[in-house]
Amino acid sequence: MFLFILKRVFQSIPVLFLVIAVTFFMVHAAPGGPFSQERNVPPEVVKKLNQRYHLDEPVMQQLFSYVGDLLRGDFGPSFKYPTHTVNDLIIAGFPTTFELALYATLFALTVGLIAGVVASLRPNSAQDYIPMSGAMLGICLPSFVLGPLLLLIFGIWLEWLPVAGWGQIPGDKILPSITLGASYAAYIARISRGGMLEVLSQDYIRTARAKGLSPIRIVFVHALRGGITPVISFLGPAIAGLLAGSFVVETIFQIPGLGRFYVQAAFNRDYTMILGCTIFFAFLIIVFNLLSDVILVYLNPKLRQQVSGGH
Amino acid sequence: MQAMLNHFNLWALMKYFLRIIIITLVALCALTGCKKHKTLVDIGNEQHILHVGNADEIADVDPHTTTGTPEHNIQTSLFEGLVLQDPETLKPKPGVADSWTVSDDGKIYRFHIREDAKWSNGDKLVAQDFVETWHRALMPALANQWASYLFVISNAESFYTGAIKDFSEVGVKALDEQNLEIKLANNTPYFLQLLNHNSMYPLHIKTILKFGAIDERSTQWTKAKNFVGNGPFVLAEWTPQKVVVVKRSPYYWDVKNVKLKEIHFYPIQSEVNAERSYRAGQIHLFDKLPKEKIAHYKNKQDPAYRTFPMYGTYFYRFNTKIKPFNDVRVRKALAYSLDRESLVKNVTKGGELAAYTLTPPNPYGYTSKAQIPYDLEKAKQLLADAGYANGVGFPRMKLLYNTLEGHQKIAVAIQEMWKKSLGIEIQLENQEWKTFLENQRTMNYELCRASWIGDYIDPDTFLQLFITDGGNNETGWSNATYDQLIKKAANSSNESERFEYFQQAEKILDEEVPIIPLYTYVGNRLVSPSVKGWKNHLQDFWSYKDLYLEPQVSP
Repeated sequence: MFLFILKRVFQSIPVLFLVIAVTFFMVHAAPGGPFSQERNVPPEVVKKLNQRYHLDEPVMQQLFSYVGDLLRGDFGPSFKYPTHTVNDLIIAGFPTTFELALYATLFALTVGLIAGVVASLRPNSAQDYIPMSGAMLGICLPSFVLGPLLLLIFGIWLEWLPVAGWGQIPGDKILPSITLGASYAAYIARISRGGMLEVLSQDYIRTARAKGLSPIRIVFVHALRGGITPVISFLGPAIAGLLAGSFVVETIFQIPGLGRFYVQAAFNRDYTMILGCTIFFAFLIIVFNLLSDVILVYLNPKLRQQVSGGH
Repeated sequence: MQAMLNHFNLWALMKYFLRIIIITLVALCALTGCKKHKTLVDIGNEQHILHVGNADEIADVDPHTTTGTPEHNIQTSLFEGLVLQDPETLKPKPGVADSWTVSDDGKIYRFHIREDAKWSNGDKLVAQDFVETWHRALMPALANQWASYLFVISNAESFYTGAIKDFSEVGVKALDEQNLEIKLANNTPYFLQLLNHNSMYPLHIKTILKFGAIDERSTQWTKAKNFVGNGPFVLAEWTPQKVVVVKRSPYYWDVKNVKLKEIHFYPIQSEVNAERSYRAGQIHLFDKLPKEKIAHYKNKQDPAYRTFPMYGTYFYRFNTKIKPFNDVRVRKALAYSLDRESLVKNVTKGGELAAYTLTPPNPYGYTSKAQIPYDLEKAKQLLADAGYANGVGFPRMKLLYNTLEGHQKIAVAIQEMWKKSLGIEIQLENQEWKTFLENQRTMNYELCRASWIGDYIDPDTFLQLFITDGGNNETGWSNATYDQLIKKAANSSNESERFEYFQQAEKILDEEVPIIPLYTYVGNRLVSPSVKGWKNHLQDFWSYKDLYLEPQVSP
């Protein structure tokens, strides 16, 4: 197991470097720069600015000095927000994004599992079709539609919940978490329904029922454990996706999270910020994929044997 | 299997789930209070806290290293220049200086700094502070993007480019603690206006030096805990992408007339989001009302809705270096055939004014006499003269604009007008903002959208653009007589003579048509009725010290 993890870690190093190099050349190839603006300033000023930020050096040299700083854990100063370092901005933005992703995951799990289990108990009936159509809708409805819709209903018409902010007004965390979690709830509902259907047809469930156990006990203690295994393997990549994909929700709800910083950085040509965020998210995705692989190996005896058997 | 599952006591199960859902909902409601709560605006009105939707996260609060409007909006609360501007009459009024004199030739200004002018740490503000600040502003290593604003001061440009090394040769001198003398390179009638611009604000050099070299960009001096300014407010919190909070400064000389206690600026990039936050009572005011919402607020005569002319022009640039736009007849034909009245009435619909020349009418008495008329017959004739009768043989040119729905609508309308009236087919191309700017700057375009908002209220800010090789000319157009007229205007100390030079220059511009002016901008804003003291302004500037909040009496 240890060797397996070690191998995977070493495999991910070249991936990270490739990500760095490709992103670096791509951001520098994009037309315009961090200092281009509508009213042009005298050319001397542009020259001074480029000198100040080493943008006048050859791109290869810039890449090497960037990677050098990176190895020391320094993402450099942001171009657009020069009084902040990229490290500071990531530290400022990530906890918010993480919190949002956490609540979204909790929402997705609660709603998704309930809907999936309810549907699986009576397949091909109204009890199945209603939650599953809901799930289909959830998958199809992108967050940039769902978000404004929820805002209109709960924020503007009913005036129950605030329409923007994070941790400023009580209740402002509810709508963004639901918006972000909705499509994942839908996936979880479908996956858990499938898993449950499979498990519920197994002999041991019949045995449990024959022994006269209560339906709640059968569903929650016996069936659910097997039924949600596919959900667990879905969760690893899902959490990575929630973290990296939260920028739409962050923009709609004015949440000061890392996703919003990331998207703004691209528009601003904030080279160091784009790179910093890309590397950070790439790292997260690698880590979460590794984690879910490790959990899968741990859960599945067949895979475990393969891994410890070497090849 | 179906039959088997029916044996479950489903009702019990459903009840169990229902109970969970109801408990969760009740818990949520208890936590948040599912009732109409007091909004931020309501609370702000009681506590004198103004909530502002600011269009973007600020790069910094240092006026020497920033250029954007969001930064400007915050800087005007944190600093104060020598002279302020009355928002209604647009006349200068005392700021840090309580009085001033101007020499007869308009080149020497003497300012008397008020005795009670103080920095937010209690230090006395003296004339030397301005000298040191402007010295910093002109240091080449700082790469100040506003540096050219100071070039109106004698020898400032030479110092900036390195021709002069000694700053004492630059025309700014502290005669004593209270008196500041400024020598200008030319008679500059708009100089007092410039003093109210953020590029001219005084900075607390001692604080800057505490956190780095004087010409070092972006040090920590602008962090809330380190900041020192001289404006009515002082920086209290700055959390990126969340909020910037400024609090009333107790040392400000006119503090008894500052009624707001705090201002909170939220970076809200999207206009749609800003409008929603306004409706939900989370902000008092914000930058730009989305175009599609204008009609709604206008029709119901919402007291919050404000529309006012602005000192800015929306226009199209020709790349005059390429065929067929190197032919003035073609440029004229294209310009004459545009029905700008119909454009503002049927397409932009925000109350914009059709523009027939570059410079918008201004309250100081300059309105261009020359115009680029709407004249279809002449347009057709001109196009035929250029060898493209009825548009036959006219190459398929590309019209470039930055990706935004509003620009696209205008481009489509104009494409249609040219097709109908001249038989010319053009192609539309949109590009992301920075890519668009780069292509415009390097003249890698055929026709492109552009706009200019005046930096100060004077025709100079517009007509300056199109001098030969001007940094913002970007059309390749050049005319020696035009350049000379602009120079003459700069050297003239007689106002009517000066305006006459501008009239002549603008006439050349309208004859040669390197650009097609389309409309004069208007501001469309929502300002909560509880905000008092707000005045519409040609440049959309406002002074926070004049604002105060009054809880709304519901109608």
